[in-house]
Amino acid sequence: MGTVAKWTRRTFIGAGALVGGGLILGVTASPNRLKLSGEGVAEEGETILNTWVKISPDNQVTAIIPHSEMGQGATTGLAMMLAEEMDADWSKVGFIEAPATDDFANNELGRAVLVGEVNVPGSIFKMIDFGMLTVAQQLNFQITGGSLSIRSTGEFGMRRAGASARHMLIGAAANDWGVPSTELTAKNSVVSHAGTGKSATYGELASAAAQLEPPMQPTLKDPKTFELIGTTQPRFDIPSKVDGSAEFGIDVEQEGMLYAAIRQAPVYGGKVKSVDESAIAGRRGVKKVVVIDGESVGPIQTALGSQSIESGVAVVADSYWRAEQALANLPIEWDGDAANVSDATIAASYKDVLDAGEGKADVKKGDVEQSVDGGTVVEAEYAVPFLAHATMEPLNCTARVSGGKCEVWTGHQNPLGARGFAAKAAGLKETDVTLHNHFMGGGFGRRSEADFVVQSVLVAKEVDAPVKLVWSREEDMKHDRYRPAVSNRMKAVLGGDGKPVTWSNIYTNTGQNEPVDAPWIPYDIDNQLIRGAQHETPVPLGAWRSVGHTQHSFFNESFIDELAHAAGQDPYEYRRDLLAGSPRHKAVLEMAAEQAGWGSAPPAGHARGIALEQSFESIVAQVAEVSIDGNGKPVVHKVTAVIDCGLAVNNGQVVAQVQSGIIYGLTAALYGQINIENGGAVQANFPGEYEMVRLNEAPIMDVHVLNSYAKTGGAGEPGTPPIAGAVANALFVLTGERVRKLPLNQYEFKAKDVRPQLSQAGDWVSPVWVR
Amino acid sequence: MAVQIKVNGKDHVVDVEEEMPLLWVLRDELGLKGTKFGCGVAYCGACTVHVNGQPLRSCTVPVAAMQGQEVTTIEGLADTSEGSGELHPVQQAWIEAQVPQCGYCQSGMIMAVAALLERNPNPTDEEVEAEISNVCRCGTYQRIRDAVGTLTNA
Repeated sequence: MGTVAKWTRRTFIGAGALVGGGLILGVTASPNRLKLSGEGVAEEGETILNTWVKISPDNQVTAIIPHSEMGQGATTGLAMMLAEEMDADWSKVGFIEAPATDDFANNELGRAVLVGEVNVPGSIFKMIDFGMLTVAQQLNFQITGGSLSIRSTGEFGMRRAGASARHMLIGAAANDWGVPSTELTAKNSVVSHAGTGKSATYGELASAAAQLEPPMQPTLKDPKTFELIGTTQPRFDIPSKVDGSAEFGIDVEQEGMLYAAIRQAPVYGGKVKSVDESAIAGRRGVKKVVVIDGESVGPIQTALGSQSIESGVAVVADSYWRAEQALANLPIEWDGDAANVSDATIAASYKDVLDAGEGKADVKKGDVEQSVDGGTVVEAEYAVPFLAHATMEPLNCTARVSGGKCEVWTGHQNPLGARGFAAKAAGLKETDVTLHNHFMGGGFGRRSEADFVVQSVLVAKEVDAPVKLVWSREEDMKHDRYRPAVSNRMKAVLGGDGKPVTWSNIYTNTGQNEPVDAPWIPYDIDNQLIRGAQHETPVPLGAWRSVGHTQHSFFNESFIDELAHAAGQDPYEYRRDLLAGSPRHKAVLEMAAEQAGWGSAPPAGHARGIALEQSFESIVAQVAEVSIDGNGKPVVHKVTAVIDCGLAVNNGQVVAQVQSGIIYGLTAALYGQINIENGGAVQANFPGEYEMVRLNEAPIMDVHVLNSYAKTGGAGEPGTPPIAGAVANALFVLTGERVRKLPLNQYEFKAKDVRPQLSQAGDWVSPVWVR
Repeated sequence: MAVQIKVNGKDHVVDVEEEMPLLWVLRDELGLKGTKFGCGVAYCGACTVHVNGQPLRSCTVPVAAMQGQEVTTIEGLADTSEGSGELHPVQQAWIEAQVPQCGYCQSGMIMAVAALLERNPNPTDEEVEAEISNVCRCGTYQRIRDAVGTLTNA
């Protein structure tokens, strides 16, 4: 990540009265002029409110939350953090999602990025680093990504807002009753005074509290005394998701709205050469054919730096189905110059850069070239493919451009960024664009990108009506911003005790290998050299749930397993021995092994594999129990997982996120692969091409939360990385063959007659595979 | 052509091409947005509705085939004929087990499970797994199992 010097916190808290009575309070931050000078500074005195709380006279507390809901449950967790510090009655707490306007922007997140208070993934750092023009604007965003909502907005915003509100409410009661505030207690949205027996609800006190000065540095609770944080609370958004009433971007309805279907260039970077509109003339409901020139808006700066918008053709009609049908019958000729790009050319160029051996060192310590007496050298080459996000809700965006204004309705992980993308496409100022954010039918990083927003505005510019652009599943899959394919060469030399004296690797780095800690290992190895060899590809790339951690976790956790087997040692004990300097990692690993029954024999024909990964400041260990079915395919029966994310705010929701991450990562490990031929993606839809794990393949998941009270980590992503390695490691025990290339469904595995993993005494016995 | 269909107990006449899939008639002609578009090839099940009580993936079924059939969508699953506002037991179980994450697939998932339990109130785990092939990209499968378990063991 881009770390900047530590910076004195300058958080301000503002409060005011609500029309009709009540209190509104916001936490604001002010950019420090000294540290940020030269990079563009905010205007004198400029502050931006970020997290707000409203207390109305009817004693209702409303959290105003600057993040979008895509199923991760952040809205509920953030409201819990507010209510905890407020001592609010949880049954009287609700939320509204902040609109995408500057006033509600998550500037605390931006500030945290800029000053390095939170380890923010570099992909997101870039989003603010280059995506906006001034620091004031950089502070002005509401990204939902990088597993950041709780650990940034929650820690820096919600808790302070809650503590301040509580302080002011107590102050109002003390004034009213003429007693010292130290004699007052607050609980369940009521302030009371034991001496006089007086009490008043927050709602009754709110208007008087609004007249008081908010404390600039409210006292926060000791996490060990939390009563609400750490419990499991039902999510606010769930009732609307069981009766069909939740409104996703694709459900937007506007007066006079038309629909657009799109076909993008089959070759990445290709352009439209010609369109024969006569072929669809007179078709029912068809209004217009719009040729989209992606280059016309120039590159857009977004999550992973500069992004070019794909060109294509849109058909606008009075129904989505009619638009799609017309498009299917529309002859389009394309120009494209990347048609020679394929898996083969990409693999060849990966080989070239790895052979060249030039790489920027992520980690360099000790000397990996030293000679080790009698050392065992272990070398291996690993590779993982491009992956599509395949969100359940295909990409879509509705836009209207009219009278110098633009209105946009979509579900976006970065709504303020999306407003900027729309402004650029419309040729308008950001302040002339209104963005209405909606529930997202999955994000996983895909909905932080610009393309679908820009295209929808370009189409809307050509039509005098709101237009809803919907990508078909085929467009969604063939024009994703893929997780990068990565190849990686590993080498280690083991000393006399079987433990690695050196660890080195070089991997292909497409420039999107964020966060920078993704290739790091937690193990105590004195000599390390971890390098990324820069590599370019015309394949569009993006942030995919947990970003670089998915690739590197598979590489590293498979390779450390190889080393354990080469040393004839228990893969769990081997890791554990190397974690003396990482007590949190060790505790998580030990708990996972214990819960999975690592020391007991697995059922006949089953084997266990283990993996460990730190990502987004959370540590996850997983043990997968695997067998091989009659068709030579792996069956994952059970996954035991432990997460230490500091302190899980909404405990059950953290468990759900880890389960979610396991299924997302397992789907990729078993089936996920986007192949490139003739300059474009081969896979276009799910069946037989990009298969999904469904109920019949979903393992039993036994997830445990280990609260270490360390700095708050993320929960949305860290469950994803370890599973591929855990499954592959179990397969090794069953087959004696090391999987070094994903996905797993390309292989026909053969279980061999394996000597048990454990002796009768429960000690590890290195497997011996008999033909 | 004018197609007559009955959805959630109400008769509708829609003037659409007879090959327009039921999904798009429900969503864009009748404004019933709870039924979702996921893949367009009847793989993911986000578009699952009931036709005469049987689960059907509506994205590949021409509306003309629905003439005279009883279609039920997520909006009509609960018996709200008396304005009770009560949820269907599957919906209630989904809230209690806190199943949905992003929620996009859950309309179809709930419709598929409700149809299964109507036909077979006490399915085995294997029967549930064989029948419910809907995709949930958030991977809520464990809680789906939990929720179904509370309905079958009751």
